[in-house]
Amino acid sequence: MSFQYTIWILLLPFIAFVINGLGSGKIPGKISGWIATIAIGISTFLSYRTAFQYFTSSSREQVIAVKTTWLRFNDTLQIDLGILLDPISVMMLVVITTVSLVVFLYSQGYMKNESGYDRYFAFLSLFSFSMLGLVVATNLFQMYMFWELVGISSYLLIGFYYDKPTAVAAAKKAFIVTRFADLGFLIGILMVSFYAGTFDFEVLTRPESLQFSTAATFMGLSTITWALLLIFMGGAGKSAMFPLHIWLPDAMEGPTPVSALIHAATMVVAGVFLVARLFPLYYAYAPTALEVVAFIGAFTTLFAAVIACTQYDIKRVLAFSTMSQIGYMMLALGVSGYEGADGLGYTASLFHLFTHAFFKALLFLGAGAIIHAVHTNDIREMGGLRKHQPITHILFLIACLAIAGIPPFAGFFSKDEILSAVFANHPIYFGIAALVAGLTAFYMFRLYFIVFWGKATKYDQVPHESPAILLIPMILLAIGSTLAGFIPFGQFISSDGLPLASQINWPIAITSVILALTGIGIAWKFYKVESTSPDKVAKSFGTLYTSATKKFYIDELYILITKGIIFRLVAKPLAWFDRNVIDAFMNLLAATTNWISVQIREFQSGQVQKYAIIFISGVLIIVLSYIYVNR
Amino acid sequence: MSLQELLLMRHEWTLIGSLLILLVLELNFTDEGKTKSIPSAAILFALVTLSGFLPSQSGTLFGGMYVTDPLRILMKNILNLGVLIVFLQSGSWLRAKNNYNRITEFYLLMLSSVIGVSFMISAGNFLMFYLGLELLTIPIAAAASYEQYKSKSAEAGIKLILSAAFASALLLFGLSMLYGATGSMYFSKMIVTADVLHVLGFVFFFSGLAFKISVVPFHLWTADVYEGSPTNVTSYLSVVSKGAAIFVFVLLSVTLFETIRQVWQPVIYGTAIFTMTIGNLFAIRQQNLKRFLAFSSIAQAGFILLGVIGGTALAMASVIYFVLVYVFSNLAAFGVVIAIEQYSGKININDYNGLYHTNPRLSLAMMLALFSLAGIPPLAGFFGKFFLFTAAAESGYYVLLFIAVANAVVSLYYYLLVVKAMFVNKNESPIKYFHSDYPTRIALSACVVGILVIGFYSPIFEFIKQLCLSSL
Repeated sequence: MSFQYTIWILLLPFIAFVINGLGSGKIPGKISGWIATIAIGISTFLSYRTAFQYFTSSSREQVIAVKTTWLRFNDTLQIDLGILLDPISVMMLVVITTVSLVVFLYSQGYMKNESGYDRYFAFLSLFSFSMLGLVVATNLFQMYMFWELVGISSYLLIGFYYDKPTAVAAAKKAFIVTRFADLGFLIGILMVSFYAGTFDFEVLTRPESLQFSTAATFMGLSTITWALLLIFMGGAGKSAMFPLHIWLPDAMEGPTPVSALIHAATMVVAGVFLVARLFPLYYAYAPTALEVVAFIGAFTTLFAAVIACTQYDIKRVLAFSTMSQIGYMMLALGVSGYEGADGLGYTASLFHLFTHAFFKALLFLGAGAIIHAVHTNDIREMGGLRKHQPITHILFLIACLAIAGIPPFAGFFSKDEILSAVFANHPIYFGIAALVAGLTAFYMFRLYFIVFWGKATKYDQVPHESPAILLIPMILLAIGSTLAGFIPFGQFISSDGLPLASQINWPIAITSVILALTGIGIAWKFYKVESTSPDKVAKSFGTLYTSATKKFYIDELYILITKGIIFRLVAKPLAWFDRNVIDAFMNLLAATTNWISVQIREFQSGQVQKYAIIFISGVLIIVLSYIYVNR
Repeated sequence: MSLQELLLMRHEWTLIGSLLILLVLELNFTDEGKTKSIPSAAILFALVTLSGFLPSQSGTLFGGMYVTDPLRILMKNILNLGVLIVFLQSGSWLRAKNNYNRITEFYLLMLSSVIGVSFMISAGNFLMFYLGLELLTIPIAAAASYEQYKSKSAEAGIKLILSAAFASALLLFGLSMLYGATGSMYFSKMIVTADVLHVLGFVFFFSGLAFKISVVPFHLWTADVYEGSPTNVTSYLSVVSKGAAIFVFVLLSVTLFETIRQVWQPVIYGTAIFTMTIGNLFAIRQQNLKRFLAFSSIAQAGFILLGVIGGTALAMASVIYFVLVYVFSNLAAFGVVIAIEQYSGKININDYNGLYHTNPRLSLAMMLALFSLAGIPPLAGFFGKFFLFTAAAESGYYVLLFIAVANAVVSLYYYLLVVKAMFVNKNESPIKYFHSDYPTRIALSACVVGILVIGFYSPIFEFIKQLCLSSL
């Protein structure tokens, strides 16, 4: 079976990027939008075709659809560029192209009156290209290259409103934090490839074929554990895991469709994908690293959920909710086993990634529709919107139900799998996960009730229902959010490649639904109509509440460490040394070079007879030195 | 001689054919229609270049005087591409009033020179080689003084012919010694040993060839001639004539002179250091872009010697690959200089201040060209240097490599000076926006595509490497 055509899934968005990028300012905005949308549309079609073709064949083997050698260092070490198809990459292709297509369509309406429309679509296409290249990478190095491309396109899009200082600052922050994490990723890649002698996933995902020496240790952990921890650091940076999460809330400065695509559905789950991609390696060689993954996941999910309950910026609530949900996925991966039913965590994690993409993108697009109508991000200035935006209201409600885990919406199924996987392995983490399930329902419905019910706010302009170009993409996502849960996901994706029969674990399902309903109930009580009880409860929590509103002062801590300690105690002395010792030495070198170049200019006198003399002297010097050496 | 055998010389036949066709066409052009030879020459030469890529066979002709094989054909094709770009860039200059009556003359001189290049690369005998070399040089000396009405151009012509005659004399002197010592002029029959007469012969021969490559201390003509010649001739000199000499030396170093490796390796070692360093030191001080590019091309020649010194298949491949990259990078830089010189007559680095704001695309092309020459990834020039350095490292020349890397840093400085002038420096009256003619744009775009693509498309290097492996 040939998958050659999959190269076009990548190339089409890239071509759209090149056309829109080069033709910037010449192509009318409308056309540039359609070029990008049609390109991603064809990519989407091809992705579905690939998925159909791949999953209908019985084997779940890895297929190398396209492969060229890019750099060959020696016979064993080379860097390829290519397309690797296996269950998770095909699944990711579907997710990325679907959400991209929806977001591209939505952006046509949302960005209509913005300047730089063509630039926007160029960057968006670049992002889709990079993200697609990341998931189909055949080797760690290709993945790293596209990983960085994803980072740069995210940077460009966060800073899209480049005349807005906060947006620029947010873009820089996102880039620097993720770059810092990627440093770990790169070192991890180099370490893994040093031990394995290859970058290829084909080899790396079959640990039995590798001959690692696990004997080498560093600070009590084997070096391969360190390598995988460093790789996870890269993943944690992109996926906004604690303590590298600080960029994500600020990244909401970007246009809302961008947040939906990049900071909810695709890029931020790259870290989950990365761990899933190398899962066999983690499981076989570094169980300790997996424990760290689980711990970070569990911590982040609770941490972010608590903060989400206290925020008033609609997009920031969603951002913290995203972090919390990704924490869920990481937790499930971290506690997963490898074979048979033990691998439920792996399947559950990716299942949740899949469903989350739909309902979180829908939430963001819904938020975009709301912001578009009321021109503010602050939910305290909203209220009673269900009358003004009835369709948006229904769609947003569907997404809230899905993320809260109410059956039969998609989130229920995937969350149930995660909870049962965690329950089977780790009771404490299960407690956290269950608590977060309740919290999630609470903060989502807090948002929902404040925005759509609550007090009847007076608006300067009466908010209007969104146009069809915004609603149709949201309806598509709503259908996905409702139906995606019924996909027998374990049949397609499992850690060991064999179909995993998953059924609903009723005791856990009922527990989680009860928790979710409790959360919704509290939110209903607090926020359906304006009341003072939330403030009283907030007061009773005291410091916890204020710290949560301040995001637990993590940003301030970063500032303290970077500005107070690193800059003052390390950077300043180094800067002095650099300026007065290293620069001085370099200046000396430069001055010497310059001086010599003045001294020798006489040779270039312009007189041919002198040239001839130098020429013949050169010959004679060569001859004489030869004779002298070989006396 | 059968037709089959004649076809072995396809490059030469097509070149001679197009030269004759152009001559006949010229006779039929009216006085007003002289410019028709510009497109004619470009089309004819494009056909020549294309026909060079058709599959061909290996073999020898004229009792071993003429040799052809896939590697030599590749070399000719690379240089033909360079000539084609030079032709495309020449149109607007030739249309200028002063040159109007002698347009065809320029093409005839260039074509003769290219025929010399072809014969020189395919030579199987020193006499054949020498004829090719002279045929390459003499028409170019005439072309250098093409703009008779400018004293600089006349000066360039006379300097080139005097220096070249001098170099040729020494080269012939060397050849006569080699002939006397070995009793043959055929590469295949000569057995060179480390005997003193052989070594003397080699050194004189080398100096003559090094003159063409602009290796220090045989480089002094370069700056004056590059500056005075019409810029199109300069770009030909810096790319095609230099490339041809390098190709011949690479070929001979692993065949005929293979036996005296221990002699030529130290020679290359020393001259490479001097060539890189002196080229760079002079380039730093230049204000005139043509002189600047002259010294930069001397420094580049020093880097090329780094690949030559290995004497292995990989080394050979790295040199050929580097020349391919160099053709595109250097001709892109020259293309921009030519376009701007034609429009404004300005040629100094200071004149380029603020160019980005008025001519962004030209500035970008220039920037890519200079970055490629400096060897900044991911442009083709980076991969070219990377393979050269790899070849030198493989043969264990670590000290030389270190000096080369240091020189690469210095070269970055002066390349960046030009980029800074275009992008950063302010200018009250920058060169105004202008349209260059279509052939120039096509040539520049081809160069830019080459700079961007060659490095990424790895099969090119693999192909060259396979050819070199199979021909050794």
